[in-house]
Amino acid sequence: MAALIRRDGDRDEIPPGTLYMLILKTLAVRGRLHGYEIAEYIQSSSYEVLQVEEGSLYPALQRMLVKGWARAEWGVTAGNRRARYYTLTPDGKKQLRIELSQFERVMGAISRVIETA
Amino acid sequence: MSFAGECKRRLQMLLHRDEFQRELDEELRLHLDLRREQQVARGAAPEAARQVANRRFGNVTRIRERSYMAWGWNWLEQSVRNLKYGARTLRRSPSFSVLAVLVMALGIGATTSLFTIVRAVLLRPLPFRDPGNLVMLYEHYRQNTGGDGFNAVAPGDYRDWRSQTHSFEDMAAMRGYGGIISGVQSELPEVVQSAGGSANLFSLLGVSPVYGRTFTAAEDQPEGQPVVLLTWSLFQRRFAGDPSIIGKQVHLDTIPTTVVGVLPSWFAYPDAKIQFWLPYAQTFSPADYGIHDGHQSMVVARLKPGVSATAATREVSALQYQIHVAHASKPVAEDVWSRPMIEDLAKDVRTPLLVLLGAVGCMLLIACLNLTNLLVARSATRRREVAVRGALGGSRVVLVCEQMTESLLICLAGGGLGLLLSLASTYWLAAHWRNLPRAESVHIDGWVLTFTLALVVTTALLAGLVPAVSSTGKGLLTGLRDTSRTVGGGSARVRLRKTMLAAEIALTVVLLISASLLFKSFLHLRTTDLGCRIDHVITMKFGLPEIQYDTRDKVVRFHEALLERLRRLPGVRGAGLVSVPPGAGPSGDRVFSILERPAPSYSLQYDAIALTADPQYFNVMQIPLVRGRVFTQHESLNNDHYIVVSKKFVDQYLTGDDPVGKHVRVVWDTKPEVYEILGEVGNTVNDVTKPLQPTMYFPILSGIPDRTSEATIVAYTAADPLTMSMPIQQQISALEPELPVYNALTMDQILGKTSASQGFAANLVLAFAALSLLLSAVGLYGVLSYLTTQRTPDIGLRIAVGAQRSQLLRLILFEGLRPALIGLIVGVAASTLTAQLLRSMLYGTRPLDPASFAVAGTMLMAVAVLACLIPAWRASRVDPIQALRTE
Repeated sequence: MAALIRRDGDRDEIPPGTLYMLILKTLAVRGRLHGYEIAEYIQSSSYEVLQVEEGSLYPALQRMLVKGWARAEWGVTAGNRRARYYTLTPDGKKQLRIELSQFERVMGAISRVIETA
Repeated sequence: MSFAGECKRRLQMLLHRDEFQRELDEELRLHLDLRREQQVARGAAPEAARQVANRRFGNVTRIRERSYMAWGWNWLEQSVRNLKYGARTLRRSPSFSVLAVLVMALGIGATTSLFTIVRAVLLRPLPFRDPGNLVMLYEHYRQNTGGDGFNAVAPGDYRDWRSQTHSFEDMAAMRGYGGIISGVQSELPEVVQSAGGSANLFSLLGVSPVYGRTFTAAEDQPEGQPVVLLTWSLFQRRFAGDPSIIGKQVHLDTIPTTVVGVLPSWFAYPDAKIQFWLPYAQTFSPADYGIHDGHQSMVVARLKPGVSATAATREVSALQYQIHVAHASKPVAEDVWSRPMIEDLAKDVRTPLLVLLGAVGCMLLIACLNLTNLLVARSATRRREVAVRGALGGSRVVLVCEQMTESLLICLAGGGLGLLLSLASTYWLAAHWRNLPRAESVHIDGWVLTFTLALVVTTALLAGLVPAVSSTGKGLLTGLRDTSRTVGGGSARVRLRKTMLAAEIALTVVLLISASLLFKSFLHLRTTDLGCRIDHVITMKFGLPEIQYDTRDKVVRFHEALLERLRRLPGVRGAGLVSVPPGAGPSGDRVFSILERPAPSYSLQYDAIALTADPQYFNVMQIPLVRGRVFTQHESLNNDHYIVVSKKFVDQYLTGDDPVGKHVRVVWDTKPEVYEILGEVGNTVNDVTKPLQPTMYFPILSGIPDRTSEATIVAYTAADPLTMSMPIQQQISALEPELPVYNALTMDQILGKTSASQGFAANLVLAFAALSLLLSAVGLYGVLSYLTTQRTPDIGLRIAVGAQRSQLLRLILFEGLRPALIGLIVGVAASTLTAQLLRSMLYGTRPLDPASFAVAGTMLMAVAVLACLIPAWRASRVDPIQALRTE
């Protein structure tokens, strides 16, 4: 996994290909969030291990809008600031299931390889 | 996640691009602020918090770019940028851009026009039911010498073919016919072209009448009930589109005839001039309907499914051979030839159309090469820029695309303008091309637009790819190293340009030679000696209705009275009557034998044009008398068994012996009649596009109704002949008020008419060739000017070390003339081949006519020298000090 995850101080970057899954899952759990909250949620719920790069987060969010997995609407934050909030669409839920099952399959395979070794 | 929904979202984003960017910015700003506040909350100083937040955030522009790219509009953005860039480059040199666009517009427009016509005439299926199975059948004589071997069919042959063959679903016949249509009180007489069609013709073609019905089998008999089918144009024009005309009567050649139907407006077959249709059999007398030796009909047949045209033709040809054997003493063909109906319609225009299409194609290619050359020159000035960008990691594809945009823009603008041009010119062409079949179906449709678009893309690729690839190619380092000082860096590119130049000139030579061949042939037609008086002659045709003029006596009385009135008319110096005047095209021919000189075998048919003329015709038309005498007033009525023959007749059939007193036997209808030859006159040409034919003149004063009631007045006038047409018409209506007169033409007009289509093609090719020559000259001039400018330091150096200016002049001149010379040689070689393709369009001109080749070659070299002389002279005037200093 060293090749996949570059260590950066005490935090790890998100393994490639799993960012969508993480965002989708976050939205599924928390409902309506803006970009900063998504990043923070992933970081905190991974016990500060996974750090979402802004450089990947926003293009990924746009990509999800294109694909119709998420919907965006403007709202107001607790600090009374305008923010773009993302929610999951039915298509997004479907995609999350696909990504999850795919991830589990790969992880299962990887752990099997590690265990036998 | 439907695809359509995704497309909709992408499009919406594209339409609200600015809003998208604003919102993204706001979103990113919020993120940054929140991050900073988080740092502050953790106890960082405001400045440090900002730095941490920024560092963590990274490159904002990069995030914005990638977020934008997620929507997949990147290529569009890039193209728009390229287009803007290209447009700016073009705007910087407006004269170049306008010229280039005009050149491409001309090329693309002309090619589109020709393609539109070719598609309508040669490619689009005929508008009939299942047109692929329609063939035309013709008689073919094995001994046939003139013509293309496809001869008109005798009604007897057609009827036998139809009843005795099995390869065809059906077979129908038609023939061209004339006619005077008038109202029931004989009012508003009008001479029009008509056609006879068998009862099954329309169902065979799959044409149903708009109103009424077509003919019945009972009507399609020589003495059937007189009925007529109107074409749409006559129906609209004469009957104001009123369907109540169905079942009513009109007079055709004064015979009361019932209108049974109206044909649809799209039906303009065999040509749009036909005004009405009669039953085929009614255009014959009962005796003629079964004959095998009178040829005038066209036969259209529909093949049975699965039967090949070859097999079907073989069957009908075998039958025809039996007919031939059964009528061995008569001119009955041995074989039957067939060709698809669509080919048959286009037979006369196929070659000219393809030649013209080839010519515009060449012109387009030349325009393209020229544009390429100019773009290569322009890209040279940007070589360093391109090299630097390449060295900094600019992708070659992007660089090539960027340079291609320029040519794409030029070609797009040219294509758009060309399309407008061709919209106008196509209809003009279709309308002015005499006898263009299916001209009514010429119009611009989706296929033509697709063709134009394809043309634009192809030309843009052709013109843009070479300069773009060559300027971004291998020489990145060379480009960087190159300074204005070096000359040799571009030697490969110079070679490329010279090759293109040579190709351009070769194409021009081919066009020039083709044009001069066609033009020479056209001039030949225009200046053909008809063998008679041309100036101050007016001709006018009339046809006496055979119902009133049913005896020899009545016809002769009319002719004599008319001639007498005309000769007394002030301004008329002489007047005569003839069936068909010289140069007016084909007229009927007759088979005959000479009693004193029997033909060696039947298969060697004696055959000559049969004309009728009055005694003074030869004098009026200045046709010289060679031997014997022409007619007098005595050879009239029943004393009519005398003929006058042409010199060609005597040369061909009497080996030049004295014809006077010899006897000729001619078969009219079914009865052979013997005529004595009175004299020999000079040749006149019937059809300038055909070889000279032997001619017999019969006395028009015999008055035999069906041979002499149609006649053409020829009047030699003192003043402008056209001014005499009204007075002459008044004399005719004084004798017979309701007799229509048509084809009032001067001899000059007749000549112009027959050679018009040749002149049309020749003039068009000539125009294309002239434009191409101009383009080549511009190309030559452009390349040489560019080379000279590039070599200015080198030239300056040469002068400084003592080179003579005349030497320099020669050097540069030769440099420019070498590609021209190579192009000339290649072009002449190619022309020897293309000239063979033109063969069928040339009259009195050999395909390898040395004069035409010489004229074209000289013209090209003269223009080339002129185009090279200016840059060469400029080079020889270079001031060495200035030149060396500008390095």
